[in-house]
Amino acid sequence: MKKGRSIFGKIKFDILLVCVLLAVGGVIFLSAFLSGQGGDSVEVRVDGKVTAVYPLAENRTVTINGIGGTNVLVIENGEAYISEADCPDKLCVNQGKISMNGQSVICLPHKTVIEITGEKQRDKSDIDIIVK
Amino acid sequence: MNKRNKVNIKKITVYGMITALAVVLSWLEAQIPPFFPMPGMKIGLTNVIVIISLYKMGSGSAMSVNVLRIVLVSFLFGGPSALLYSLSGGMLSTLVMILLKKTGKLKEITVSIAGGIFHNVGQILIAMLMMNTTSILWYLAVLWFTGAASGALIGLLGYMLVKRLPDKLFE
Repeated sequence: MKKGRSIFGKIKFDILLVCVLLAVGGVIFLSAFLSGQGGDSVEVRVDGKVTAVYPLAENRTVTINGIGGTNVLVIENGEAYISEADCPDKLCVNQGKISMNGQSVICLPHKTVIEITGEKQRDKSDIDIIVK
Repeated sequence: MNKRNKVNIKKITVYGMITALAVVLSWLEAQIPPFFPMPGMKIGLTNVIVIISLYKMGSGSAMSVNVLRIVLVSFLFGGPSALLYSLSGGMLSTLVMILLKKTGKLKEITVSIAGGIFHNVGQILIAMLMMNTTSILWYLAVLWFTGAASGALIGLLGYMLVKRLPDKLFE
């Protein structure tokens, strides 16, 4: 018992810090999940500029011209994903399907971002374009 | 005078070897095919070297070895954007580990867990600037935990090495 307590005493601060770090991670995860409701469209951005917005409810396949290459975007049954890309690492293809507000697939080499957005965010990004 | 020279030569040799080892580990990790579905999801093998230099050679050495490693690796295998990502992640995580180690109350593995998390946080911050996007909450949420997991693994490895490597080697 005494020995157990001394071990616990030695790693008291470690346990505390790890718990705090995990809690912060949990809060980030929860806020990502909570803000994930209400996404209804797929926004395509190349080099920071919105190039297209598609409704999430309609199935379609489009080719996106990014910087130095192309990605094929598929919207299917309320989910969006990249089915093909001509970049070497194919990370965007491996990132899988997205459907929740704020989720995104990022292709770093082509500076392309596919993101699920909702009503509010779309209005905001429209204003951004006018300002630019 | 003579003695001081000797010490410096040994220091140069140890720094060189440690940095070379870090570069080799970076290269080794780059050979693992990217089966992790997100950029930034990595084991972070070189962090073992950062932990060894942090605990055996001190804060300044850990930072300089890591920065030197990142610059060398980026020039050898990566590009300017790889340099930016690696530098922001590497420097932030090393800084966090230095500060946590300075408290003197934490174990190597805990320091490494925090380092793993903040390595990813640093990279996400740069990605936010480069990609002109603020919608990184999902990335942050996932990479926060993968960073912690790889940090724990590397921390355990680092702890075992720090315990076994003789201090005389680094004096």
